[in-house]
Amino acid sequence: MAETLKLEMVTPYKRVLAEEVDEVTAPGFVGELGILPGHTPLLTTLKVGELSYKRGKETFYVAVNWGYLDVEHDTVTVLVDTAEKADEIDLARAKAALGRAEDALKMLPHDDKKYMIMEAALQRALVRIRVAGER
Amino acid sequence: MPSLKDIKKRIGSVKNTQQITKAMKMVAAAKLRRAQEAAVSARPYAEKLQAVMSNLAQREEADAHPLLSQRGTGRALIVLMTADRGLCGGFNANVSKEAERFIRVNEQGFDAIDLMIIGRKGRDFLKNRVGDNITRVHENITTEATYKTAQLIAQDVVADYSEEKYDAVYVLYNAFQSAIVHNVTLEQVLPIEPKEADADAVDSVDYIYEPDKGGVLAEILPKMVEVQFFRGLLESKASEHGARMSSMDSASRNAAEMIDKLTLQYNRARQAAITKELMEIISGAESIK
Repeated sequence: MAETLKLEMVTPYKRVLAEEVDEVTAPGFVGELGILPGHTPLLTTLKVGELSYKRGKETFYVAVNWGYLDVEHDTVTVLVDTAEKADEIDLARAKAALGRAEDALKMLPHDDKKYMIMEAALQRALVRIRVAGER
Repeated sequence: MPSLKDIKKRIGSVKNTQQITKAMKMVAAAKLRRAQEAAVSARPYAEKLQAVMSNLAQREEADAHPLLSQRGTGRALIVLMTADRGLCGGFNANVSKEAERFIRVNEQGFDAIDLMIIGRKGRDFLKNRVGDNITRVHENITTEATYKTAQLIAQDVVADYSEEKYDAVYVLYNAFQSAIVHNVTLEQVLPIEPKEADADAVDSVDYIYEPDKGGVLAEILPKMVEVQFFRGLLESKASEHGARMSSMDSASRNAAEMIDKLTLQYNRARQAAITKELMEIISGAESIK
């Protein structure tokens, strides 16, 4: 059994990560899940959230937006729409987006189609701010 | 025999044209590099998704999801990807002609064939040929091929397919091979036909699915469609710039050739005029003697 996990993260635009890590924590569909070497094969959808991985004593954070995670033979493949590392996040922009989403949500009725879109935007902004805070 | 002034004017105008074609070539070359990079960096995602997909398909019945089930030949939709601008050789014409050919050949096989056209040039080319088949036209959406664009097209198409408005969906685009070579490619988008994975690659170990098999499948299949459109858009974009670059290159070369010819003609005419003048002066001087 391998000592480490091979973590590979790709978006439609590029390969974000490909490295050896010790542990991965991901925002799974049914809840947060931690993956260590020797994990049984697993395929899950991901929610908007924060994915973190450990290498040695360091922990890295990535804001991900909706995708899949596949574990097989100590290889973790993450397919996501967008992935931003903590140091890539524009905090001011995320905060502005948060403000916009909050305002819009106050104005809209709950059953509006737009309500759901803005709610998702709100979530993304919150995750970005949280990830940026942990750099 | 055109006068000296006329020839000079021609040379000037050809030079102007050459300048424009040269500039367009440079711009296309720069854009081509970027488009090519985008196409290459999108590949890992598509490959990974394909791998996950075929892995899933091995453990799943064929008609577990509406997007997988074969409904036979009823109404078909072709999504044709062309450019919004011309001056790129046979780029638009080749792919549009193929669409026309496909419609003519398969008219009997399907109840109806509809066309969704991306790009103004495709519409211009086909509206007088198979205008009745064109149902939707998207213009100016491919200036920058983004995933969002592909997503919107895919959602549109998947919705139509789920409502059984169409029973098969194809995509027709120029696949990028190199700056001068692009192949007109027709691919089936829906129903999705998962590629067979290698038998060795499939584990006998049971996967854990979260939330469950059906849920994962329902999320991953529309994604496949999006990725296929995204790839089509990127490839088409790269091919367009490649085609424009090579056609502008040959246009610049033709202009250079023309300038050479005209310059020769100009010099000849100039010499002829000088000779004529000399003769006149000499014969004038002769007669005075």
